[in-house]
Amino acid sequence: MYPRQFDYVAPTSLEEAFAALGDDSKVMAGGMSLIPLMKMRLFSPDVIVDIARIPGLATIHDAGDHISIGALVTHGETASSDSVVANATALATAASLTGDVQVRNRGTTCGALAHADVAADQPAGALACGAVMIAQSASGTREIPASEFFVDAMTSALRSDEVLTSIRLPKTGAGEGSAYDKLGRRGGHSDYAVAGAAAWVKKSNGSIEAARVALTGVGIKPTLASGVADALVGTDGSDAAVAAATEHALEGVTVLEDLYGSEEYKSHLAKVYVSRAIKQALANI
Amino acid sequence: MEVSMTVNGREVSGDVEPRTLLVHFLREDQRLTGTHVGCETGYCGACTIHLDGKAVKSCTILAVQVDGANIMTIEGLASNGNLHPVQEGFWERHGLQCGFCTPGMIMAAVSLLEDNANPTEDEIRHGIEGNLCRCTGYHNIVRAVEYAGAKMRGEEPPPPDWEEGS
Amino acid sequence: MTQGVFGTSVKRTEDPALLRGKGLFVDDIKRHDEAAAAFVRSPFAHARITSIDKSAAEAMPGVQAVYTTDDVRSLGPLLAQVAIGKLRPLLADEVVKHVGEAVVMVVADNAAIARDGADAVLVDYDPLTAIIDPEYAATNETLVHDELESNVIHTWEAGEADAVQELADREDTVVTSLKMVNQRLIPTAIEPRGVLAEWQHGYDRVTLHTTTQQPHAVAGALALTFGLPGVNSARVIAPEVGGGFGRGLNVYAEEMLAVFASRELGRPVRWIETRSEASKSTIHGRGWTATATIVSEPDGHFLAYSLVGVADMGAYSQNFSVAIPVLGQFTMPGQYKWEAIYWKMDCVHTHTPTVDAYRGAGRPETTFYVERTVDAAARDLGMDPIELRKKNFFQPEDFPADTLIGMTMDSGDYGSNLDILVEKADIKGLRAMQEAARAEGRYIGVGIATFVEACGLAPSGFADAGVSWAGYGLPSAFNESAVVRINPDASATVVTGTGPTGQGHETVWSQIVSDRLAIPMERIVVIHGDTKDTPMGIGTGGSRSVAVGGVAVAIAADRIKEKAAKVAAHLLEASAEDIVFADNGAHVAGSPDKSVSWTDIAATAYQPHKMPEGMEAGLDMTAFFDPSNLTWPYGSHVAVVEVDPDTGDVDLMSYSAVDDCGNIVNPMIVAGQLHGGIAQGIGQALFEEAVFDEDGNLLTASLLDYLIPTAADLPSFDLAKTTTPTDANPLGVKGIGEAGTIVSTPTIVNAVVDALSPLGINDIQMPLRPKRVWAAMQEARS
Repeated sequence: MYPRQFDYVAPTSLEEAFAALGDDSKVMAGGMSLIPLMKMRLFSPDVIVDIARIPGLATIHDAGDHISIGALVTHGETASSDSVVANATALATAASLTGDVQVRNRGTTCGALAHADVAADQPAGALACGAVMIAQSASGTREIPASEFFVDAMTSALRSDEVLTSIRLPKTGAGEGSAYDKLGRRGGHSDYAVAGAAAWVKKSNGSIEAARVALTGVGIKPTLASGVADALVGTDGSDAAVAAATEHALEGVTVLEDLYGSEEYKSHLAKVYVSRAIKQALANI
Repeated sequence: MEVSMTVNGREVSGDVEPRTLLVHFLREDQRLTGTHVGCETGYCGACTIHLDGKAVKSCTILAVQVDGANIMTIEGLASNGNLHPVQEGFWERHGLQCGFCTPGMIMAAVSLLEDNANPTEDEIRHGIEGNLCRCTGYHNIVRAVEYAGAKMRGEEPPPPDWEEGS
Repeated sequence: MTQGVFGTSVKRTEDPALLRGKGLFVDDIKRHDEAAAAFVRSPFAHARITSIDKSAAEAMPGVQAVYTTDDVRSLGPLLAQVAIGKLRPLLADEVVKHVGEAVVMVVADNAAIARDGADAVLVDYDPLTAIIDPEYAATNETLVHDELESNVIHTWEAGEADAVQELADREDTVVTSLKMVNQRLIPTAIEPRGVLAEWQHGYDRVTLHTTTQQPHAVAGALALTFGLPGVNSARVIAPEVGGGFGRGLNVYAEEMLAVFASRELGRPVRWIETRSEASKSTIHGRGWTATATIVSEPDGHFLAYSLVGVADMGAYSQNFSVAIPVLGQFTMPGQYKWEAIYWKMDCVHTHTPTVDAYRGAGRPETTFYVERTVDAAARDLGMDPIELRKKNFFQPEDFPADTLIGMTMDSGDYGSNLDILVEKADIKGLRAMQEAARAEGRYIGVGIATFVEACGLAPSGFADAGVSWAGYGLPSAFNESAVVRINPDASATVVTGTGPTGQGHETVWSQIVSDRLAIPMERIVVIHGDTKDTPMGIGTGGSRSVAVGGVAVAIAADRIKEKAAKVAAHLLEASAEDIVFADNGAHVAGSPDKSVSWTDIAATAYQPHKMPEGMEAGLDMTAFFDPSNLTWPYGSHVAVVEVDPDTGDVDLMSYSAVDDCGNIVNPMIVAGQLHGGIAQGIGQALFEEAVFDEDGNLLTASLLDYLIPTAADLPSFDLAKTTTPTDANPLGVKGIGEAGTIVSTPTIVNAVVDALSPLGINDIQMPLRPKRVWAAMQEARS
């Protein structure tokens, strides 16, 4: 209930933030994931760098060919933004199913992505929607595709001297749609994902031209199910085609048993939700 | 570290360790003990307050994070001694038993009705999903929020649904 | 001016403070110069402590003291009311016996420093083999405590095994048998446990604020543990308490240890548990593994029933311990007439936290077994589960009804109660809807369960049956006391021995007094939870408060009425027999204008020279009440669920109930008790489970993993009632605190199994998480 002692800095510019970051520091935005870990003393950084007072990070911005979501945009803002709903439906849905109202009022989309929890919702949305993570540090800016961002259990590609200042999402074009669905721990959409999937599809002339499908909850990290996407492309998106593609859901994924499901069950659920997400994405075009 | 903020319309300040949680600042330093602590993981919602007008869990916020912010706790909800319609609804519809989750539940419900003046039962239930109650089974909490919503819209609240008589 | 009328939904007098955030819970009460305690707890289920290094903690600024078992061993173990089995050392003594057992106590200037200090204590352990499975423990292949001869610390047995077996062996009988686990639960009151101990040096008295449902028991344990002159030197106060559910029907080591530290340090000492501590150091509930067997004739006539199994007690016995299963024995036969019955329950130690009373305590377990097995029997017999129940219910003319387990049930009309549910919930319509859904490949289930509950825990004679209940040095009994006092200004004070944690005793006791004496509710104050004020009290549990404590209040009020009538008669120059009380005063029957106010009566009563000749001054009456029997509420519940065939996800679509708890003082409060009880039983059926790994680590130690229902998981509940008063007490009230919890669990499981019965599924292990439902479907499909 009481975190260990730490130093706290609240920079008012990115430069100040970069200066404060080091090996034993941690960036905090909303703190929804970080503070409970600190209270349980499961994680005790020496320095907390609170980026909430840095101007310019709290907006969702339409940049013409893409939209960007700033580091301080909350789950609630992501979920209810017309721009995100229209251009990255899967991510907006995932944000709407993250935590509860109070968590969505305070926690941030970028924070949830940086936390890289396999049972979280938004990483799958970001993967399916083709997000690009903008990581800034004193040594410059890196643009990290979502597909390279989630590297291990609770581990992202961010370095300890970097701040995830925003994510970029391509705008939805003609014939494109995305969706996210999951089974929550108390059933339905409640709570963390036992298993879930996000899908993005692009259809032209009656056939699927491109697709991205991502899994959450089942392995050690949020993962793109490339085999599914590859199998979908070129098909007509019929139920039979979706069912066939879904069979590739677990290629390259190590499914882990936990309190909420056996390996067999989670493997099964992954397919169920991949199928549901693809069908909903097609319906959302 | 020095922090100052507005709590229930009053300017307050204090000298806190960075690790001091907002809920402890409110309870220990400000002696506003209506905001409760029921868990460690930000799950139970007993510590729900309003931060700059939005419902948040004060056990998952550091006091230093909200320097300069505007806070409202359960103690600031009634005005001129009159219960807020949500407090009145909880009394009229037996929305509390032990009363421990009640302050957080009420703060969440007030926020819900501010965002959505006429919620459906499903919207009410999802709106208070982040607040655990072990006594009421939520049935009468939902009725209390329906009562308050009606009152705030200037409508006659629906009658209670318990059967009278011994 | 509100007069509390029996049977009226008076708004609660408890609420104004709680609604404004002004209610005072233990952690809201602050003392000058108080210190805070924190504990180092065992990470192992079974291990020898090889060393404890306190030096770093002791050197920490702000740390006042670091205590180990050597400091407190002389106080003896933690006392238990029913002292059978191994008692808990206050701090682990050489060997730890469950994960979370307290090993070291650190006291510091504030809670954050105390936690820092506890983290700085280094304890080395040599891990030993942990016994987690209660069925394995019962084999005694390995002992949980070397110093005990057996892991089985008590066996409850009743009925005749041979008679059941004979009927089962008959060729023309149908035998239905289910082995089921009624899983271990964590009570999870939303307020964590907390204590504030204040030793008064010089007086050698102690005041302890604590989150208890039984302050008198805690006072008894303190007096014995600290060698006080008597319970009058231990004042125990339960202020506002944020939920009970049985977790407060206990005495805990931290209560004793905080008092010890306060005595040693000369400062008030506070300890507030964290949620993860609560999951390991507060009692658990349920934890049964048993086989239920019904023997029937092919036409559905029930012949015999047996329930045989093990009840996990955890590593140490606390408070009721082995007495919990015997509460289940009372209701083990359900509402059914049997020709033979057998019950045997082995109570076993394991290397896990203590198991004790959790809402319903024994009765939810036995009700679950019989109601699940009745449904299975209906499938075996090809009968409708409602018809099968009605065919075998005790009939109205059977009451008072003797059961083969040796109880006499007071009153009931089970068939009519179930008929009302069938009508109200339109079960015929639900079955048609289910049929139509099945044709579309959807799995909808309609689950019914009925129950009879033994509550109003009493009479006192039970305390002499089987086991001693005197472990706190207090007489074994199940009565309650009440004081009703009319103050000189005609306000009334009611003092009760019950220990409410949200049940509304202030309101209901005021209603009872107001109803009898015609004093307005606003003029009545109810005092509870302070041993200084109450003559005695067993506490709140077993749905006993209104049927025992509430009746004591009514009797004390009647005694006031009798004396006050004489005073009023004297003032009105009338006969006491003609005095009636109304409108905050009294008048002569038939002549409302010949009246006196309560102010006049009270003023006279406190002026001896104005009193009738020979009558003593004052209006202050005490009553003790010991009912003649337990009370036997009952009811019928139905749930409708839909199961997602792809995921096993259960959607609870609707829930309806018809309950009978005898006469009702406040219908609003009764409905609230039912709602909460139903929700907790649903929690057991669908979500809740204390899960240990094979080494005894608790995998569900926070609310992230111990899932309790949220508002979004539940429907609204549709309630109705029948009223069959009891003759066990003069108010005809039966009690309602646990009814919902007792029956909703089998109702839900019956519904899910009913949904999946086309697949041939007969049982699924609780909680019915999607993973288990899906696995059962997979197995059935293959």
